[in-house]
Amino acid sequence: MMPNKLKKIKIKHYINYVVIGIMTAVFAIITLTGGRLDSSLLYLLEKIAISIILAVSLSLVVGFLGELSLGHAGFMCVGAYLGGKVSALLADVLGTGFINLLISIVAGAAVAAICGIIIGIPALRLRGDYLAIVTLAFGEIVKSIFQNTSSESFGGALGLSTPRYDKKWLFIYAFLIVLLTLAVVQNFIRSKHGRAVTAIRDNEIAARATGINVTKYKLLTFTLSATFAGIAGVLYSFSNYTVQSVKFGYNYSIEILVMVVLGGMGSINGSILVAALITFLNTKLATILTGDLAVLQNLIYAVILIGIVIYNNAPALKNFRNTYNFNALMKKLFKREDDPSRVGDDTAKWDVVPTKIEMNEVLSIDLVPQDMQDLTGKGGDK
Amino acid sequence: MELILSTLINGLSLGGIYAMIALGYTMVYGIAKMLNFAHGDIIMVGGYVIYVFMATKNPLLAVAMAVIFCVCLGILIEKVAYKPLRGASPLAVLITAIGVSYLLQSLAQIIFGSANKMVTVYDFGSISFLGVTVQVSALVTLACTIVVMIALTLFVKCTRVGRAMIAVSEDKGAAQLMGINVNGIITITFAIGSALAALAGLFYLLKAPTISSTLGAMPGIKAFTAAVIGGIGSIPGAMLGGILLGMVECISYKITAIAPYTDAIEFSILIIILLVRPTGFLGKKRREKV
Repeated sequence: MMPNKLKKIKIKHYINYVVIGIMTAVFAIITLTGGRLDSSLLYLLEKIAISIILAVSLSLVVGFLGELSLGHAGFMCVGAYLGGKVSALLADVLGTGFINLLISIVAGAAVAAICGIIIGIPALRLRGDYLAIVTLAFGEIVKSIFQNTSSESFGGALGLSTPRYDKKWLFIYAFLIVLLTLAVVQNFIRSKHGRAVTAIRDNEIAARATGINVTKYKLLTFTLSATFAGIAGVLYSFSNYTVQSVKFGYNYSIEILVMVVLGGMGSINGSILVAALITFLNTKLATILTGDLAVLQNLIYAVILIGIVIYNNAPALKNFRNTYNFNALMKKLFKREDDPSRVGDDTAKWDVVPTKIEMNEVLSIDLVPQDMQDLTGKGGDK
Repeated sequence: MELILSTLINGLSLGGIYAMIALGYTMVYGIAKMLNFAHGDIIMVGGYVIYVFMATKNPLLAVAMAVIFCVCLGILIEKVAYKPLRGASPLAVLITAIGVSYLLQSLAQIIFGSANKMVTVYDFGSISFLGVTVQVSALVTLACTIVVMIALTLFVKCTRVGRAMIAVSEDKGAAQLMGINVNGIITITFAIGSALAALAGLFYLLKAPTISSTLGAMPGIKAFTAAVIGGIGSIPGAMLGGILLGMVECISYKITAIAPYTDAIEFSILIIILLVRPTGFLGKKRREKV
């Protein structure tokens, strides 16, 4: 039983590294052997990598900490501007190679992390709707500040131009950063710290009572999430050549949120899958749906978002969910033969934790002596 | 002096609109304990309904239709999107509300196109007062807001339904035990909130006669800011927060150096107030019990 279970967990947890790793390797080999990838495909791959980083980092806050952040694009914006600026400054000295990219990413991530701490401090005092509105306010503030900068500093409304990079390698760096993000985030979640974070999500008061430093972990999660959003922003600035603050509005934050919610809150693999899928669909749909029809895409996202949330959370649908969910269907499909040597586990039979009264009933039946059962007439049934 | 007076009146009028929207937010938040993100977009829907019915050249009919349509829409949204999630985690409700807001915006854009529409509801003209030219519509807005606020306060304090609302906002379970139809009260709250949003849509059109699908998004967020500043759940608080925010916005627009940063300033005020007084100016402090 035990080794089997361990093996199962391993496959589930490392499959994302494997898939992304193989993908990166295949593309890297194609590039190395001289095969030139289509530039639109390269752009799509970069965008997918950026979306995955964003979705996974937002999933930390929404899925694991259980707080809603509507300013994720704001952190990305900070990273994009700062990273873009640093790389533009360094371009004359270092050229536009890997070292430039690395330094820009560190700079962008650091500034985004500082913003994460700044926005994390109100997060300690607020929760739920208030926190959501504060993060939203943060996103708007950042947008407004960068929009009104002078053209020499950050380009103002026209946007900041970043130096041109060799597109051949950028997406591979991007995917390596995705792998790094996954390594950090997944290990964080499965560490002591990650369990503390999920404990805070499930019941903050109980978590506090068990000695978890709620303040510290909330701040940590926020900062980590903001840092990776900043990194995604730096990648964006490399991929797009120009950074415009208008792009990082409320709508972009919602798009990232849609990825996390559709992927299943608290599921990293789901977030990755949906992030890649939505980015792909967005790019493809953008060429099909033009003009006023482009909104159709938003309409579909809105309907799916409402539908998924109601399906996953409505108390009335609880029974339905329990019978017809993905895991239950899988179990039915791949039903294993019952192993006669397996000893039945009593606790596993309860779907819900029994209340005290039910517990007493169960215990009293078990504990009534044989002769007593005969006297009460219950013994025959047992 | 004239500048100060005109800024004051414009600020009060804009603040009145914010207060009107904030009232809807605050009532829904107080009773259903949820942030109705779609509230701002109901303003936009109200605006579009007025635009459609202005084809009849009858402003009163257009406004009446807008109010009726928005009330029905508000109730529909509540029944379809929010009611199934009663008892679910607040995060789920919040995400659904965002989804509804997104849905309304994209629907409006599909139906009416992305281009701005022009509609003049009624031209009140302007009057001169102490050497200052003031738009009459600004005064009408302010007067209407005050009347609505007084009516709402009386409604909540003096009618059975209003007192049931207070009871539901205090303790849903206990209110149900006292024989109050909680679902009915929540529906009424949504209806009132949506009617106020429709009126806010009217005032927006009186202020500037253009309408687009994103008309309600920013005012919605700002009005929520106003509701939070004033203390969410409190009717006078919504009024106070709205007026304060309107004044800040108008004053900030008049000062050239900080005019581009107006939005940033307003949101910074929100963050600072939440840090200093998480319950707002007039909100009640509530200790959390285990």
